[in-house]
Amino acid sequence: MIEIKNLHKNFGEKEVLKGINLQIPEGKVTCILGGSGCGKSTLIKCLIRLEEPTSGHILVDGKDITHLQNEIRLAAIRRHFGYLFQEGALFDSMTVGENVSFGLKYLTRIPESEYPRIIKEKLALVGLQEDVAKLNPSELSGGMKKRVSLARVLAVNPKVILYDEPTTGLDPIMSDIISDLILDLKEKLKVTSVVITHDMHSAFKIADYIAFLYEGKILLHGTPEEFRKTDNPYVKQFVSGSSHGPIQMKLMKE
Amino acid sequence: MIKRIGKYVAGLLAQVGEATEMIRSSFFWLFRSKFEFHQAMNQGVAIGVNSFGVTALTSLFTGMVLALQAGNTINSIFGDPIFVGTIVAFSLIRELGPVLTGVVVSGRAGAAVTAQIGTMAVTEQIDALYTLGTNPIRYLVIPRMFGFVLTIPILTLFSNVFGIIGGYLVAVYALGVPGEIYMTDITTFMDVADFLHGFIKSFIFAFMIGTVCCYKGISTRGGAEGVGKSTTGAVVTTIVLILVLDYFLTAILTALGI
Repeated sequence: MIEIKNLHKNFGEKEVLKGINLQIPEGKVTCILGGSGCGKSTLIKCLIRLEEPTSGHILVDGKDITHLQNEIRLAAIRRHFGYLFQEGALFDSMTVGENVSFGLKYLTRIPESEYPRIIKEKLALVGLQEDVAKLNPSELSGGMKKRVSLARVLAVNPKVILYDEPTTGLDPIMSDIISDLILDLKEKLKVTSVVITHDMHSAFKIADYIAFLYEGKILLHGTPEEFRKTDNPYVKQFVSGSSHGPIQMKLMKE
Repeated sequence: MIKRIGKYVAGLLAQVGEATEMIRSSFFWLFRSKFEFHQAMNQGVAIGVNSFGVTALTSLFTGMVLALQAGNTINSIFGDPIFVGTIVAFSLIRELGPVLTGVVVSGRAGAAVTAQIGTMAVTEQIDALYTLGTNPIRYLVIPRMFGFVLTIPILTLFSNVFGIIGGYLVAVYALGVPGEIYMTDITTFMDVADFLHGFIKSFIFAFMIGTVCCYKGISTRGGAEGVGKSTTGAVVTTIVLILVLDYFLTAILTALGI
């Protein structure tokens, strides 16, 4: 279980997160919704300390990691997490296969002779064929990069997976395959998922809980059912995807 | 105005602090993780071996022009081009060998290192390293530091040799100095301390180039423009620092009798 208490994050003078309180229960899918630039990525980067919060607390299984400086202990915390980056963040100096097996070398004791089997298996899981393994990341389309990146995350069997917009840039069918995969991981392996998205269709399909982030604060945290029924005008506008509503008014005022 | 200078100095000090922290972290991980031997060898080849040709060429011509200038000047004063070998070899081994090699390698390989690490930083590949059980210090910085520190001193030796050969060619074939005299001029006045002087400099330059180029890469922000900025910054900083450090190192080493 991950607990976020009164979390603040500033970049210079700019306050990005303004006191976030959120609980992420184990073995469930929590979706974080919000418009572009509202601090969603910053929030999940704080969870594995790719960013250091300015103030507040993050507790992972009761351990406070907010200002942990010891690099070895930080690495020990991070090894339970997988992170799917928005643009994939594949290592472009390596082949797809080497990318997928990269974490195995550092995070597991699996012998190198097992790598080809794991690469094949994980690529198949994200709907890619074995021969993709020989390609370079620059030869892949955006959607394929994302799927390879997900295979790289899955290869090391993390307990918690943080997804930074997993379905953005994918066609509707592939988006749905990824959504199914997230649900599958939850059911079979009890993986905890935190999914940043603005794909409402996917969010309602996979989420156990949804948190709506707006201007650095959480406006609403609840089940998908509560989101469908809410009267909050900001959330309503976002869920329906309308250009008319309080969110745009705010944008124009700035 | 004063405020702006203050801000600039504060920014500069912050960068020095962060670079120092990177070095500290490098030593921390050097003894706590499996050494990336394969990576270090690749970097040694990319940084050092591939810089051999351009280093050899620049040194050859530097040796040639040194011999030509020295020979002509001495000739016009004494009527005979004496001590050309001494002047060429001293200038190269104590000064120009380490400085030229440093400048050439930082322009060729240092820029590449900054651009590569910088691109990885702006495309979240550095963050990805953290999430996959390693970190940029272990995986990127330490192998590259080895690449610089192992190959620059060796390249400097080759640079000295090629410079002396260049000087020999001009001295013998253009100035008419007998080859044997050119060589004895070198061996009579040279001793181990002169080699050590240049060698120590090349080590310190190598360490500085590695530090600046890796730091500039890791601290890159802001897309393609950011990569361009940090690459330019890395090359300018290393070249200026080579020349500035060179003066102070010469002063210190000479005071120590080296």
